[in-house]
Amino acid sequence: MAENNRAVVKLKERFAADIIGVKEFRGEVTVTVRKENIVEICTFLKSALAYNLLTDVTAVDYLGQDPRFLVVYNLYSIPNKDRLRVKAQVTESDCTIDTVSRVWSSADWLEREVFDLFGVTFNNHPDLRRILMTDDWVGHPLRKDYPLQGPDREPYKGRLS
Amino acid sequence: MGVDNPLGDNIITASLDGLVNWSRKSSIWPMTFGLACCAIEMMATGASHNDLDRFGIIFRASPRQSDCIIIAGTVTKKMLPVIKTVYEQMPEPKWVIAMGACACSGGIFDTYSVVQGIDEALPVDVYIPGCPPRPEALLFGLIKLQEKIMRERNSFGSTIGLGERYEPAA
Repeated sequence: MAENNRAVVKLKERFAADIIGVKEFRGEVTVTVRKENIVEICTFLKSALAYNLLTDVTAVDYLGQDPRFLVVYNLYSIPNKDRLRVKAQVTESDCTIDTVSRVWSSADWLEREVFDLFGVTFNNHPDLRRILMTDDWVGHPLRKDYPLQGPDREPYKGRLS
Repeated sequence: MGVDNPLGDNIITASLDGLVNWSRKSSIWPMTFGLACCAIEMMATGASHNDLDRFGIIFRASPRQSDCIIIAGTVTKKMLPVIKTVYEQMPEPKWVIAMGACACSGGIFDTYSVVQGIDEALPVDVYIPGCPPRPEALLFGLIKLQEKIMRERNSFGSTIGLGERYEPAA
């Protein structure tokens, strides 16, 4: 069970106020946290719990809900052969979160990708530029309210219309 | 023969257009622009089984030595300026082949990031459908391009600065 997970127990001891929820699904443990102390949480996960590999940083857009975004950190511990997923809530009105690129260097480009496609700004990021879309691109394509065919085209209304 | 043969039996006469067109169509050197899975079929077409070399088609890695560009694959909006630059670097005369559904029309990628057909940017001579087209389809398209080159008129005159090259439609 997720509550007995070694990392979850330690996290709950240290950051009880920041943890919103813990969930386990098919052996995958997910911890949802508040974004304010994300750097401290990640530093603790890396130094004390040996999650030394940041596999991926991505985000999910729950359009119409509050908070609108979840920034997702997929972690892996090479010595313990153990995975952990951390989600941080980001609201649309304050669409920023602190960078963890000083904890894991690989977060640099992964956070640039999230910024490019979701428009989440990472505070104190060393080089926050678009990474996939062109520099002059307007908008963030993976947001749910971005038109699939692009803003300059008539949207597709079905094959028979 | 009912035709006068003043130059003797060893000399035949033909139009310069025919000679120039024949030379051009027999030595199409394509600039490869492999962008997706179509590039694999293009490589297969160039390899020994289908053997593009027998048509005088030799792939060049430099646009400055090419006179045909095969757009093989999905053209993204980010790649489009690169393709335009490469096309502009090719010397005249030059031809464009749109290989595959993506290069012809965007294919299944009806999205914000994909150019809906390379003909939005380049003058396409031959469209090859398929996803991806088989090597036979690419060969057929190249033969169609050869036929188109053979139909061109004033191709010699335009080269030495006399008038425009006339390309009949289709």
